[in-house]
Amino acid sequence: MLELVDLSHTYGSYRAIDRVNLKVAQGEVVCIVGPSGCGKSTLLRSIAGLIKPTGGTVLLDGKPVDGSPENLAVVFQDYSRSLYPWMSALANVGLPLRRRGLDRKRRDAAAMAALEQVGLAGAAAKFPWEMSGGMQQRVSIARALAYQPKLLLMDEPFGSVDAQTREELEDLTLRVCAHHGMTILLITHDVDESVYVGDRVVVLSKAPGTVVGDLTVQLPGPRDQIHTRELDAFVRLRAEVGRLVRGMTPHRNGVETR
Amino acid sequence: MPKVNGASLLRGLIGTAGLLVVLEAAGRLGAWDTERLPLVSTVLLRAGELLTDPEFLVSARSSLTTWALALLVTIAIAVPAGLLLGMVKPAEVAVRPLIEFLRPIPSVALIPLVILLYSETTHMRITVAVYAALWPVLINTIYGVRDVDPLAKETLRSFGFGPGSVAYRVVLPGAAPFIATGIRLAASVAIVLVVTSELIAGGIEGIGVYITIAQSGNRLDLMIGATILVGLFGILVNALLVAGENRLFRWHRARAGAAT
Repeated sequence: MLELVDLSHTYGSYRAIDRVNLKVAQGEVVCIVGPSGCGKSTLLRSIAGLIKPTGGTVLLDGKPVDGSPENLAVVFQDYSRSLYPWMSALANVGLPLRRRGLDRKRRDAAAMAALEQVGLAGAAAKFPWEMSGGMQQRVSIARALAYQPKLLLMDEPFGSVDAQTREELEDLTLRVCAHHGMTILLITHDVDESVYVGDRVVVLSKAPGTVVGDLTVQLPGPRDQIHTRELDAFVRLRAEVGRLVRGMTPHRNGVETR
Repeated sequence: MPKVNGASLLRGLIGTAGLLVVLEAAGRLGAWDTERLPLVSTVLLRAGELLTDPEFLVSARSSLTTWALALLVTIAIAVPAGLLLGMVKPAEVAVRPLIEFLRPIPSVALIPLVILLYSETTHMRITVAVYAALWPVLINTIYGVRDVDPLAKETLRSFGFGPGSVAYRVVLPGAAPFIATGIRLAASVAIVLVVTSELIAGGIEGIGVYITIAQSGNRLDLMIGATILVGLFGILVNALLVAGENRLFRWHRARAGAAT
Protein backbone atom coordinates (compact mmCIF):
# COMPACT_ATOMS: atom_id res chain seq x y z
CA MET A 1 0.00 0.00 0.00
CA LEU A 2 2.98 2.28 0.65
CA GLU A 3 5.92 2.41 -1.67
CA LEU A 4 8.99 4.63 -1.49
CA VAL A 5 10.97 4.88 -4.71
CA ASP A 6 14.46 6.38 -4.51
CA LEU A 7 13.23 8.80 -1.85
CA SER A 8 15.90 11.44 -1.16
CA HIS A 9 15.96 14.72 0.67
CA THR A 10 18.63 17.36 1.11
CA TYR A 11 18.57 20.42 3.35
CA GLY A 12 20.86 22.84 1.52
CA SER A 13 24.00 20.79 1.08
CA TYR A 14 23.15 18.30 3.83
CA ARG A 15 21.82 15.00 2.52
CA ALA A 16 19.44 13.60 5.12
CA ILE A 17 18.18 10.56 3.23
CA ASP A 18 19.51 9.06 0.04
CA ARG A 19 17.49 6.85 -2.32
CA VAL A 20 15.38 5.02 0.20
CA ASN A 21 13.38 2.18 -1.35
CA LEU A 22 10.71 0.48 0.68
CA LYS A 23 7.47 -1.38 0.15
CA VAL A 24 4.96 -1.83 2.91
CA ALA A 25 2.03 -4.20 2.52
CA GLN A 26 -1.47 -3.63 3.84
CA GLY A 27 -1.75 -4.48 7.54
CA GLU A 28 2.00 -4.75 8.11
CA VAL A 29 3.74 -3.23 11.12
CA VAL A 30 7.10 -1.96 9.92
CA CYS A 31 9.65 -0.49 12.31
CA ILE A 32 12.32 1.79 11.00
CA VAL A 33 15.36 1.87 13.21
CA GLY A 34 18.66 3.64 12.80
CA PRO A 35 21.32 5.64 14.59
CA SER A 36 20.44 9.20 15.56
CA GLY A 37 20.67 11.60 12.66
CA CYS A 38 19.88 8.95 10.06
CA GLY A 39 17.04 10.98 8.59
CA LYS A 40 14.26 8.92 10.22
CA SER A 41 12.12 11.96 10.87
CA THR A 42 12.80 13.37 7.42
CA LEU A 43 11.56 10.10 5.98
CA LEU A 44 8.38 10.23 8.04
CA ARG A 45 7.73 13.86 7.23
CA SER A 46 8.12 13.19 3.52
CA ILE A 47 5.56 10.39 3.70
CA ALA A 48 3.17 12.57 5.69
CA GLY A 49 3.48 15.31 3.07
CA LEU A 50 4.83 17.79 5.65
CA ILE A 51 7.92 18.38 3.54
CA LYS A 52 8.38 17.96 -0.17
CA PRO A 53 11.24 15.52 -0.75
CA THR A 54 13.90 16.80 -3.13
CA GLY A 55 14.07 13.49 -4.96
CA GLY A 56 12.12 10.30 -5.54
CA THR A 57 8.45 9.53 -4.97
CA VAL A 58 6.12 8.35 -2.26
CA LEU A 59 3.32 6.17 -3.57
CA LEU A 60 0.28 5.50 -1.46
CA ASP A 61 -2.04 2.87 -2.92
CA GLY A 62 -0.17 3.35 -6.19
CA LYS A 63 -0.77 7.09 -6.32
CA PRO A 64 2.02 9.66 -5.78
CA VAL A 65 1.64 11.70 -2.59
CA ASP A 66 1.19 15.42 -3.07
CA GLY A 67 0.50 17.42 0.08
CA SER A 68 -0.89 15.63 3.13
CA PRO A 69 -2.59 12.42 2.03
CA GLU A 70 -6.03 11.38 3.22
CA ASN A 71 -6.27 8.28 5.38
CA LEU A 72 -3.04 8.94 7.15
CA ALA A 73 -2.40 9.91 10.75
CA VAL A 74 0.78 10.72 12.62
CA VAL A 75 1.61 10.19 16.29
CA PHE A 76 4.55 12.37 17.28
CA GLN A 77 7.01 11.84 20.12
CA ASP A 78 6.23 15.21 21.64
CA TYR A 79 2.68 14.66 22.82
CA SER A 80 2.76 17.83 24.92
CA ARG A 81 3.35 19.92 21.81
CA SER A 82 1.14 17.92 19.50
CA LEU A 83 -2.00 18.01 21.68
CA TYR A 84 -3.92 21.27 21.94
CA PRO A 85 -3.81 22.55 25.52
CA TRP A 86 -6.96 24.63 25.09
CA MET A 87 -9.02 21.57 24.28
CA SER A 88 -10.21 18.68 26.44
CA ALA A 89 -9.03 15.18 25.61
CA LEU A 90 -12.37 14.52 23.90
CA ALA A 91 -12.12 17.65 21.75
CA ASN A 92 -8.50 16.86 20.85
CA VAL A 93 -9.44 13.39 19.68
CA GLY A 94 -12.52 14.64 17.84
CA LEU A 95 -10.83 17.52 15.99
CA PRO A 96 -9.41 15.61 12.98
CA LEU A 97 -12.83 14.03 12.45
CA ARG A 98 -14.00 17.35 11.05
CA ARG A 99 -12.15 16.25 7.94
CA ARG A 100 -14.49 13.28 7.79
CA GLY A 101 -17.50 15.58 7.61
CA LEU A 102 -19.04 14.24 10.81
CA ASP A 103 -21.37 16.37 12.90
CA ARG A 104 -20.61 17.21 16.52
CA LYS A 105 -22.58 14.32 17.99
CA ARG A 106 -20.93 11.68 15.83
CA ARG A 107 -17.50 13.21 16.34
CA ASP A 108 -17.93 13.06 20.11
CA ALA A 109 -19.20 9.49 19.93
CA ALA A 110 -16.25 8.36 17.80
CA ALA A 111 -13.78 10.25 20.03
CA MET A 112 -15.28 8.68 23.14
CA ALA A 113 -15.02 5.20 21.61
CA ALA A 114 -11.35 5.79 20.80
CA LEU A 115 -10.65 7.05 24.32
CA GLU A 116 -12.31 3.93 25.70
CA GLN A 117 -10.00 1.79 23.59
CA VAL A 118 -6.94 3.40 25.13
CA GLY A 119 -8.43 3.17 28.62
CA LEU A 120 -9.15 6.86 29.08
CA ALA A 121 -12.94 6.94 29.04
CA GLY A 122 -12.91 8.55 32.47
CA ALA A 123 -10.56 11.36 31.44
CA ALA A 124 -12.46 12.66 28.40
CA ALA A 125 -13.15 16.03 30.01
CA LYS A 126 -9.58 16.53 31.25
CA PHE A 127 -7.15 18.89 29.60
CA PRO A 128 -3.74 17.66 28.43
CA TRP A 129 -1.92 19.63 31.12
CA GLU A 130 -3.95 17.87 33.78
CA MET A 131 -2.64 14.48 32.61
CA SER A 132 0.57 12.49 33.00
CA GLY A 133 2.85 12.01 29.98
CA GLY A 134 1.64 8.47 29.43
CA MET A 135 -1.98 9.60 29.47
CA GLN A 136 -1.25 12.38 27.01
CA GLN A 137 0.38 9.98 24.59
CA ARG A 138 -2.66 7.70 24.94
CA VAL A 139 -4.79 10.64 23.90
CA SER A 140 -2.55 11.14 20.84
CA ILE A 141 -2.93 7.48 19.97
CA ALA A 142 -6.70 7.71 20.46
CA ARG A 143 -6.76 10.71 18.15
CA ALA A 144 -5.05 8.69 15.43
CA LEU A 145 -7.34 5.70 16.03
CA ALA A 146 -10.54 7.73 15.89
CA TYR A 147 -9.50 9.08 12.51
CA GLN A 148 -9.28 5.46 11.28
CA PRO A 149 -6.38 5.99 8.91
CA LYS A 150 -5.23 3.20 6.63
CA LEU A 151 -1.65 4.16 7.39
CA LEU A 152 -0.46 5.19 10.84
CA LEU A 153 2.91 6.88 11.10
CA MET A 154 4.56 6.97 14.52
CA ASP A 155 7.63 9.10 15.15
CA GLU A 156 9.40 7.75 18.24
CA PRO A 157 5.98 7.58 19.89
CA PHE A 158 7.19 6.10 23.17
CA GLY A 159 10.45 8.01 23.45
CA SER A 160 9.28 10.45 26.12
CA VAL A 161 7.57 8.16 28.62
CA ASP A 162 8.95 5.99 31.41
CA ALA A 163 9.86 2.34 30.84
CA GLN A 164 6.67 0.82 32.29
CA THR A 165 4.41 3.17 30.38
CA ARG A 166 6.42 2.46 27.27
CA GLU A 167 5.75 -1.28 27.48
CA GLU A 168 2.08 -0.64 28.15
CA LEU A 169 1.81 1.68 25.16
CA GLU A 170 3.65 -0.76 22.87
CA ASP A 171 1.15 -3.49 23.72
CA LEU A 172 -1.77 -1.10 23.44
CA THR A 173 -0.66 0.00 19.99
CA LEU A 174 -0.22 -3.57 18.77
CA ARG A 175 -3.59 -4.61 20.16
CA VAL A 176 -5.74 -1.79 18.82
CA CYS A 177 -4.01 -1.57 15.47
CA ALA A 178 -4.38 -5.30 14.86
CA HIS A 179 -8.05 -4.84 15.74
CA HIS A 180 -8.43 -2.10 13.09
CA GLY A 181 -6.22 -3.82 10.52
CA MET A 182 -4.11 -0.69 10.27
CA THR A 183 -0.77 -0.49 8.50
CA ILE A 184 1.85 1.02 10.78
CA LEU A 185 5.21 2.60 10.10
CA LEU A 186 6.92 3.14 13.43
CA ILE A 187 10.16 5.04 13.72
CA THR A 188 12.38 4.37 16.70
CA HIS A 189 15.99 4.42 17.78
CA ASP A 190 15.34 1.55 20.16
CA VAL A 191 16.50 -1.78 18.72
CA ASP A 192 14.53 -3.84 21.27
CA GLU A 193 11.35 -1.98 20.56
CA SER A 194 11.70 -2.37 16.80
CA VAL A 195 11.96 -6.15 17.10
CA TYR A 196 9.20 -6.42 19.71
CA VAL A 197 6.67 -4.28 17.85
CA GLY A 198 7.49 -4.94 14.19
CA ASP A 199 6.49 -7.57 11.68
CA ARG A 200 9.49 -6.23 9.84
CA VAL A 201 12.46 -4.16 10.88
CA VAL A 202 14.06 -1.83 8.36
CA VAL A 203 17.47 -0.49 9.32
CA LEU A 204 18.70 2.86 8.06
CA SER A 205 22.37 3.82 7.91
CA LYS A 206 23.88 7.00 9.29
CA ALA A 207 23.17 10.17 7.29
CA PRO A 208 22.61 10.19 4.41
CA GLY A 209 20.15 7.53 5.50
CA THR A 210 19.63 4.60 3.22
CA VAL A 211 18.23 1.11 3.78
CA VAL A 212 20.97 -1.26 4.97
CA GLY A 213 18.81 -4.06 6.31
CA ASP A 214 15.28 -5.36 6.01
CA LEU A 215 14.47 -8.21 8.37
CA THR A 216 11.28 -10.17 8.77
CA VAL A 217 10.42 -10.75 12.40
CA GLN A 218 9.05 -14.24 12.94
CA LEU A 219 7.93 -14.39 16.50
CA PRO A 220 4.90 -16.22 17.81
CA GLY A 221 1.96 -13.97 18.66
CA PRO A 222 0.39 -12.55 20.63
CA ARG A 223 3.58 -10.93 21.85
CA ASP A 224 4.25 -10.60 25.51
CA GLN A 225 6.69 -8.21 27.15
CA ILE A 226 8.35 -10.93 29.29
CA HIS A 227 7.84 -14.04 27.20
CA THR A 228 8.65 -12.68 23.77
CA ARG A 229 11.73 -10.88 24.92
CA GLU A 230 13.30 -14.08 26.34
CA LEU A 231 12.81 -16.15 23.19
CA ASP A 232 15.99 -17.19 21.40
CA ALA A 233 14.63 -15.84 18.13
CA PHE A 234 14.04 -12.43 19.74
CA VAL A 235 17.53 -12.31 21.21
CA ARG A 236 19.11 -13.29 17.88
CA LEU A 237 17.09 -10.75 15.92
CA ARG A 238 17.87 -8.02 18.38
CA ALA A 239 21.59 -8.73 18.02
CA GLU A 240 21.23 -8.76 14.26
CA VAL A 241 19.46 -5.41 14.16
CA GLY A 242 21.91 -4.02 16.69
CA ARG A 243 24.86 -4.92 14.45
CA LEU A 244 23.21 -3.35 11.43
CA VAL A 245 22.48 -0.16 13.34
CA ARG A 246 26.14 0.03 14.35
CA GLY A 247 27.16 -0.46 10.74
CA MET A 248 28.60 -3.99 11.12
CA THR A 249 28.12 -6.78 8.59
CA PRO A 250 25.23 -9.05 9.49
CA HIS A 251 25.60 -12.69 10.53
CA ARG A 252 23.26 -15.06 8.79
CA ASN A 253 22.56 -17.66 11.42
CA GLY A 254 18.93 -18.59 11.17
CA VAL A 255 17.62 -15.11 10.57
CA GLU A 256 16.07 -14.27 7.28
CA THR A 257 17.78 -11.27 5.74
CA ARG A 258 16.41 -9.75 2.60
CA MET B 1 -1.42 38.47 33.86
CA PRO B 2 -0.98 39.86 37.34
CA LYS B 3 -2.99 37.84 39.78
CA VAL B 4 -4.68 39.85 42.50
CA ASN B 5 -5.24 38.02 45.75
CA GLY B 6 -7.15 39.09 48.82
CA ALA B 7 -4.12 40.09 50.89
CA SER B 8 -2.49 42.28 48.23
CA LEU B 9 -5.84 43.90 47.43
CA LEU B 10 -6.33 44.72 51.11
CA ARG B 11 -2.85 46.26 51.38
CA GLY B 12 -3.49 48.34 48.28
CA LEU B 13 -6.72 49.65 49.75
CA ILE B 14 -5.04 50.43 53.06
CA GLY B 15 -2.26 52.32 51.23
CA THR B 16 -4.72 54.35 49.19
CA ALA B 17 -6.93 55.13 52.20
CA GLY B 18 -3.84 56.15 54.19
CA LEU B 19 -2.73 58.62 51.52
CA LEU B 20 -6.23 60.09 51.26
CA VAL B 21 -6.40 60.55 55.05
CA VAL B 22 -3.00 62.30 55.08
CA LEU B 23 -4.04 64.63 52.23
CA GLU B 24 -7.36 65.39 53.93
CA ALA B 25 -5.60 66.22 57.22
CA ALA B 26 -3.01 68.37 55.44
CA GLY B 27 -5.77 70.30 53.69
CA ARG B 28 -7.70 70.84 56.89
CA LEU B 29 -4.54 71.96 58.72
CA GLY B 30 -4.11 74.70 56.12
CA ALA B 31 -1.35 73.25 53.93
CA TRP B 32 -3.00 74.91 50.94
CA ASP B 33 -5.88 77.25 50.17
CA THR B 34 -8.88 74.96 50.12
CA GLU B 35 -10.92 77.64 48.38
CA ARG B 36 -8.73 77.05 45.33
CA LEU B 37 -7.80 73.36 45.63
CA PRO B 38 -10.64 71.51 47.38
CA LEU B 39 -10.27 68.97 50.16
CA VAL B 40 -10.09 65.24 49.39
CA SER B 41 -13.47 64.68 51.04
CA THR B 42 -15.08 67.37 48.87
CA VAL B 43 -13.65 65.87 45.68
CA LEU B 44 -14.79 62.35 46.60
CA LEU B 45 -18.24 63.68 47.45
CA ARG B 46 -18.42 65.44 44.05
CA ALA B 47 -17.27 62.30 42.26
CA GLY B 48 -20.11 60.41 43.96
CA GLU B 49 -22.60 63.08 43.03
CA LEU B 50 -21.44 63.08 39.42
CA LEU B 51 -22.60 59.48 39.09
CA THR B 52 -26.20 60.69 39.41
CA ASP B 53 -25.73 63.97 37.56
CA PRO B 54 -27.59 63.71 34.19
CA GLU B 55 -25.27 66.20 32.48
CA PHE B 56 -22.18 64.24 33.47
CA LEU B 57 -23.81 60.91 32.63
CA VAL B 58 -24.55 62.04 29.06
CA SER B 59 -20.87 62.94 28.70
CA ALA B 60 -19.70 59.72 30.31
CA ARG B 61 -21.92 57.62 28.05
CA SER B 62 -20.54 59.45 25.03
CA SER B 63 -16.92 58.84 26.05
CA LEU B 64 -17.51 55.20 26.87
CA THR B 65 -19.30 54.60 23.56
CA THR B 66 -16.42 56.21 21.67
CA TRP B 67 -13.98 54.12 23.68
CA ALA B 68 -15.84 50.86 23.00
CA LEU B 69 -16.15 51.58 19.28
CA ALA B 70 -12.45 52.51 19.09
CA LEU B 71 -11.52 49.23 20.78
CA LEU B 72 -13.72 47.23 18.38
CA VAL B 73 -12.22 48.96 15.34
CA THR B 74 -8.73 48.35 16.77
CA ILE B 75 -9.41 44.63 17.20
CA ALA B 76 -11.01 44.35 13.75
CA ILE B 77 -7.92 45.86 12.12
CA ALA B 78 -5.02 44.71 14.30
CA VAL B 79 -5.90 41.06 14.91
CA PRO B 80 -6.31 40.01 11.24
CA ALA B 81 -3.30 42.14 10.27
CA GLY B 82 -1.23 40.60 13.07
CA LEU B 83 -2.26 37.06 12.08
CA LEU B 84 -1.25 37.76 8.49
CA LEU B 85 2.07 39.38 9.40
CA GLY B 86 2.82 36.66 11.94
CA MET B 87 2.19 33.83 9.51
CA VAL B 88 3.64 35.32 6.33
CA LYS B 89 7.26 36.15 7.12
CA PRO B 90 7.98 38.12 3.90
CA ALA B 91 4.97 40.37 4.57
CA GLU B 92 6.24 41.08 8.07
CA VAL B 93 9.73 41.87 6.77
CA ALA B 94 8.25 44.25 4.19
CA VAL B 95 6.02 46.09 6.66
CA ARG B 96 8.27 46.11 9.74
CA PRO B 97 10.15 49.37 8.92
CA LEU B 98 6.84 51.13 8.34
CA ILE B 99 5.52 49.87 11.69
CA GLU B 100 8.69 50.95 13.49
CA PHE B 101 8.35 54.41 11.90
CA LEU B 102 4.65 54.93 12.59
CA ARG B 103 4.50 53.41 16.07
CA PRO B 104 6.47 56.10 17.98
CA ILE B 105 4.45 58.96 16.46
CA PRO B 106 2.31 60.20 19.34
CA SER B 107 -1.34 59.95 18.49
CA VAL B 108 -1.92 63.31 20.18
CA ALA B 109 0.28 64.95 17.55
CA LEU B 110 -2.13 63.75 14.90
CA ILE B 111 -5.17 65.42 16.48
CA PRO B 112 -4.88 68.75 14.56
CA LEU B 113 -4.58 66.84 11.28
CA VAL B 114 -7.43 64.48 12.08
CA ILE B 115 -9.67 67.42 13.05
CA LEU B 116 -9.31 68.73 9.50
CA LEU B 117 -10.08 65.34 8.00
CA TYR B 118 -13.30 64.62 9.90
CA SER B 119 -16.34 66.79 10.34
CA GLU B 120 -17.85 64.31 12.79
CA THR B 121 -16.19 64.56 16.23
CA THR B 122 -16.87 60.92 17.17
CA HIS B 123 -15.10 59.68 14.05
CA MET B 124 -12.19 61.97 14.81
CA ARG B 125 -11.91 60.69 18.39
CA ILE B 126 -12.16 57.05 17.29
CA THR B 127 -9.44 57.56 14.70
CA VAL B 128 -7.07 59.10 17.23
CA ALA B 129 -7.73 56.35 19.78
CA VAL B 130 -7.40 53.56 17.20
CA TYR B 131 -4.08 54.92 15.99
CA ALA B 132 -2.63 54.62 19.48
CA ALA B 133 -4.37 51.38 20.49
CA LEU B 134 -3.50 49.53 17.29
CA TRP B 135 0.15 48.88 18.12
CA PRO B 136 -0.07 46.81 21.29
CA VAL B 137 -2.66 44.54 19.68
CA LEU B 138 -0.75 44.26 16.40
CA ILE B 139 2.63 43.57 17.99
CA ASN B 140 1.22 41.11 20.53
CA THR B 141 -0.69 39.26 17.82
CA ILE B 142 2.46 38.93 15.70
CA TYR B 143 4.44 37.59 18.65
CA GLY B 144 1.58 35.32 19.70
CA VAL B 145 1.39 33.80 16.23
CA ARG B 146 5.17 33.29 16.23
CA ASP B 147 4.93 31.55 19.57
CA VAL B 148 2.54 28.88 18.28
CA ASP B 149 4.37 25.56 18.25
CA PRO B 150 5.27 24.41 14.72
CA LEU B 151 4.50 20.84 15.75
CA ALA B 152 0.97 21.86 16.75
CA LYS B 153 0.46 23.20 13.23
CA GLU B 154 2.09 20.18 11.58
CA THR B 155 -0.12 17.82 13.54
CA LEU B 156 -3.22 19.34 12.00
CA ARG B 157 -1.60 19.50 8.56
CA SER B 158 -0.74 15.82 8.79
CA PHE B 159 -4.45 15.11 9.18
CA GLY B 160 -4.94 16.85 5.85
CA PHE B 161 -6.16 20.26 7.05
CA GLY B 162 -5.40 23.22 4.79
CA PRO B 163 -3.64 26.47 5.78
CA GLY B 164 -6.95 28.25 6.48
CA SER B 165 -8.08 25.58 8.95
CA VAL B 166 -4.66 25.54 10.60
CA ALA B 167 -4.83 29.33 11.04
CA TYR B 168 -8.33 29.21 12.49
CA ARG B 169 -8.04 26.09 14.64
CA VAL B 170 -4.44 26.24 15.87
CA VAL B 171 -2.79 29.60 15.26
CA LEU B 172 -5.67 31.79 16.44
CA PRO B 173 -6.44 29.89 19.67
CA GLY B 174 -2.71 29.40 20.34
CA ALA B 175 -2.03 33.12 19.98
CA ALA B 176 -5.21 34.14 21.84
CA PRO B 177 -3.59 34.72 25.28
CA PHE B 178 -1.09 37.15 23.73
CA ILE B 179 -3.82 38.86 21.71
CA ALA B 180 -5.90 39.26 24.88
CA THR B 181 -2.99 40.92 26.68
CA GLY B 182 -2.61 43.27 23.71
CA ILE B 183 -6.30 44.14 23.86
CA ARG B 184 -6.06 44.84 27.59
CA LEU B 185 -3.17 47.24 27.02
CA ALA B 186 -5.04 48.81 24.10
CA ALA B 187 -8.12 49.36 26.30
CA SER B 188 -6.15 51.58 28.69
CA VAL B 189 -4.44 53.43 25.86
CA ALA B 190 -7.76 54.02 24.09
CA ILE B 191 -9.50 55.60 27.10
CA VAL B 192 -6.55 57.99 27.53
CA LEU B 193 -6.74 59.05 23.88
CA VAL B 194 -10.51 59.43 23.86
CA VAL B 195 -10.40 61.83 26.82
CA THR B 196 -7.34 63.62 25.42
CA SER B 197 -9.00 64.24 22.05
CA GLU B 198 -12.09 65.53 23.87
CA LEU B 199 -9.91 67.91 25.89
CA ILE B 200 -7.94 69.19 22.91
CA ALA B 201 -10.56 69.28 20.16
CA GLY B 202 -13.62 69.96 22.27
CA GLY B 203 -17.11 69.04 21.16
CA ILE B 204 -20.56 68.81 22.66
CA GLU B 205 -20.32 65.68 24.79
CA GLY B 206 -17.61 63.67 26.49
CA ILE B 207 -15.85 63.55 29.84
CA GLY B 208 -13.00 65.63 28.40
CA VAL B 209 -15.51 68.26 27.29
CA TYR B 210 -17.12 68.17 30.73
CA ILE B 211 -13.72 68.75 32.37
CA THR B 212 -13.04 71.70 30.03
CA ILE B 213 -16.41 73.25 30.93
CA ALA B 214 -15.73 72.74 34.67
CA GLN B 215 -12.35 74.40 34.14
CA SER B 216 -13.92 77.49 32.57
CA GLY B 217 -16.21 77.67 35.60
CA ASN B 218 -13.14 77.37 37.88
CA ARG B 219 -14.72 74.23 39.44
CA LEU B 220 -11.64 72.29 40.50
CA ASP B 221 -13.79 69.93 42.60
CA LEU B 222 -15.75 68.84 39.51
CA MET B 223 -12.62 68.60 37.35
CA ILE B 224 -10.80 66.35 39.81
CA GLY B 225 -13.98 64.38 40.54
CA ALA B 226 -14.53 63.63 36.84
CA THR B 227 -10.86 62.71 36.42
CA ILE B 228 -11.06 60.26 39.32
CA LEU B 229 -14.08 58.61 37.71
CA VAL B 230 -12.12 58.12 34.45
CA GLY B 231 -9.36 56.48 36.46
CA LEU B 232 -11.79 54.23 38.29
CA PHE B 233 -13.36 53.22 35.00
CA GLY B 234 -9.91 52.28 33.67
CA ILE B 235 -9.22 50.13 36.74
CA LEU B 236 -12.61 48.43 36.41
CA VAL B 237 -12.13 47.56 32.74
CA ASN B 238 -8.62 46.29 33.39
CA ALA B 239 -9.83 44.10 36.26
CA LEU B 240 -12.63 42.67 34.12
CA LEU B 241 -10.25 41.86 31.28
CA VAL B 242 -7.71 40.26 33.64
CA ALA B 243 -10.48 38.13 35.15
CA GLY B 244 -11.60 37.14 31.66
CA GLU B 245 -8.05 36.18 30.67
CA ASN B 246 -7.53 34.13 33.82
CA ARG B 247 -10.73 32.26 33.13
CA LEU B 248 -10.35 31.72 29.38
CA PHE B 249 -6.64 30.97 29.31
CA ARG B 250 -6.25 28.67 32.25
CA TRP B 251 -4.39 26.34 29.89
CA HIS B 252 -1.84 29.04 29.12
CA ARG B 253 -1.17 29.78 32.78
CA ALA B 254 -0.93 26.07 33.52
CA ARG B 255 1.61 25.66 30.75
CA ALA B 256 3.68 28.76 31.39
CA GLY B 257 3.64 28.07 35.13
CA ALA B 258 3.87 30.96 37.55
CA ALA B 259 6.02 32.94 35.11
CA THR B 260 3.17 34.94 33.57
